[in-house]
Amino acid sequence: MITVLFKALGRTVIGDVRYYAWLSFLMVVIGLGVNAYMQQIDRGLIITAMRDQVSWGFYIANFTFLVGVAAAAVLLVIPAYLYQFKPIKEIVLFGEILAVTAIIMCILFIMVDLGQPMRVWHLLPVIGMMNFPSSLLAWDVIVLNGYLLINLLLVFYALGRFVQGKDYKLSLVLPLILLSIPWAVSIHTVTAFLYNGLPARPFWNASILAPRFLASAFCSGPAIMIILLQVIRRASKVEIDNKAIFKIAELIAYTMGINLFLLGAEIFKEFYSGSIHKAPLEYLYLGLHGKALLVPWMRTALVFNITAFVIFLLPKMRENFYALNIGAVLIIAGVYIEKGMGLIVPGFIPDSLGEIYEYWPSSQEIIITAGIWAFGALFYTLFAKFIIPVYTGELKIGNQ
Amino acid sequence: MSKEIRKNPLEANLHRRTFMKGIAAGLAGAVLPVSAADAFNWDSFLQKHFKEMSDEEIKRVIERLEKEASLEWKKNIHISATKALPNVKFGYGLDLSRCIGCRKCVYACVEENNQSRMPQVQWITVLRFKKGEKWTDLENSEKYYKPKEVPEKDFFYMPVQCQQCENPPCVKVCPTKATWKEPDGIVVVDYNWCIGCRYCMAACPYGARRFNWAKPNIPEKELNPEAHYLGNRPRYKGVVEKCTFCIQRTRAGKYPACVEVCPVGARKFGNLLDPKSEIRYLIENKRVFRLKEDLNTEPKFYYFFTT
Repeated sequence: MITVLFKALGRTVIGDVRYYAWLSFLMVVIGLGVNAYMQQIDRGLIITAMRDQVSWGFYIANFTFLVGVAAAAVLLVIPAYLYQFKPIKEIVLFGEILAVTAIIMCILFIMVDLGQPMRVWHLLPVIGMMNFPSSLLAWDVIVLNGYLLINLLLVFYALGRFVQGKDYKLSLVLPLILLSIPWAVSIHTVTAFLYNGLPARPFWNASILAPRFLASAFCSGPAIMIILLQVIRRASKVEIDNKAIFKIAELIAYTMGINLFLLGAEIFKEFYSGSIHKAPLEYLYLGLHGKALLVPWMRTALVFNITAFVIFLLPKMRENFYALNIGAVLIIAGVYIEKGMGLIVPGFIPDSLGEIYEYWPSSQEIIITAGIWAFGALFYTLFAKFIIPVYTGELKIGNQ
Repeated sequence: MSKEIRKNPLEANLHRRTFMKGIAAGLAGAVLPVSAADAFNWDSFLQKHFKEMSDEEIKRVIERLEKEASLEWKKNIHISATKALPNVKFGYGLDLSRCIGCRKCVYACVEENNQSRMPQVQWITVLRFKKGEKWTDLENSEKYYKPKEVPEKDFFYMPVQCQQCENPPCVKVCPTKATWKEPDGIVVVDYNWCIGCRYCMAACPYGARRFNWAKPNIPEKELNPEAHYLGNRPRYKGVVEKCTFCIQRTRAGKYPACVEVCPVGARKFGNLLDPKSEIRYLIENKRVFRLKEDLNTEPKFYYFFTT
């Protein structure tokens, strides 16, 4: 079994010119990111555009978006195991790798946001001083790492079975699979509560925050899956049924519908009641006291999300790969803006003493962020490349 | 976890040390640039949480910190760890009728408490409002006012600093318990335990917490060498700091620097548990209010009007 896995590992470095070009491109971006991070370590977070008024920015925005992406797996798990939908059952594995990748990227984004990254052990239980259950950040450490562990276990169990040429024995892993469903919901809920529980920030302190989080997560994660599955299908011998992709697209239509409805509910409440707490939303969509840095982005995101909703709602559109891919890209971009910068920054605008400090990430902040994204892409590429020959049965015991 | 260590301090400590050395050896190579790795200090890396240390350990840590600080600032620095006095709970009063917006308090605080001069860090923010316009929600405040002379005819001023809440939201959210409320009611930060996640800054409704975005920069001559571990000792890059009611002064029976410097006597300070204190007299006899009372943070910082 070990020789098989070693062979699979060896296969990850074998590919055509395009594959090598892709890997080198990612390596270059990672290198630039590491270099920029070294400067940040040396000079401090002053190289970012964050300041006391807006004390969280692009890093935390990306973290928040990626917690959502990690949900992708579970939206595949539900139809596969609860409704026994076979075409999706065969591709759950690729969703689980995406979840693992997204969580690792989340951890990296938290690390680069820390002022004292070497002291990160202070927030571990037993060896550090984890403020559990009082701090929601302590909860987040637990649920994110738990989710990472669950998905890694599922991936490696499946891998082990494939190597032996045996079928997935459901009775063994079903409890873990079932656990992964509420757990995926919990990583979103806890991350939403992290912001939601702060009465100092009226924009976050609205009960609709956690439901909106879930709805938008269940759009962006699966949209990424739709793109990835097509890439995997094209670049390898893995067979992926069109039915699986169309099913995912159908699910996105529902979740995006809910997401837009919740956004509408929030906009109505804030603007109709018209209290001072509407200021952050006003800043996002209309501009506040002449400051409107995020307005074009938020309006673009809104148009993207509505367009994508229409595409995914109509069966004729979502079953046409051309339209489907446009829709998926629109959703990824739309949710990235809305759930990233559009969620974190207005929490601080206006700040708690009424000042408006307009935040836009610095170039170094953007390079570090790109580095983490490139690392995530590299990790997913290599992981998928490692798994595919085992998954297709090309490499297994007695068939070397 | 904290209970475990209290039961058997030696063993738990040993365990933590060996474990962390393994992790750190790996991390140090990966994360630290060469120049910083050279200066890596095991004692500092493994230093325990302030409240977990015995008096003896605190003494040793402070000796090390004093040595480090003296080397860096080329000046003898004295760091005390004076504890809270019994039957004391500090409270603050600010007379809005008197404040003229001169910002003398802001700069006295910077000098006393060793805030960074470049980039500028200030614990007190003075807000200016136009008379007759809405103000208590702070939406229309002006922080960067620059008049030739104060007070200005059509304006009034409200200084804001840490309100030393009895129910502090910042303490609740800190993931590592690096900030807490002392028995005398002062909310403090252990600058050697803070990981710099800034969750407390998001949680504070009064914009009272400051982050060291860069290494604090203070001219050596201006550094105040009389310091407290939980207060004005020199800070590090990447940690959060805040007003401590001048813990190094008030625990020694002095007034905070801002109270002492105020040219119009708008600032009052005292022991809330002492029925004969000035602060108690104010609360009982003047019209007082506290900022954002709807959030139930229970500040010990009272605004009042004498006229």
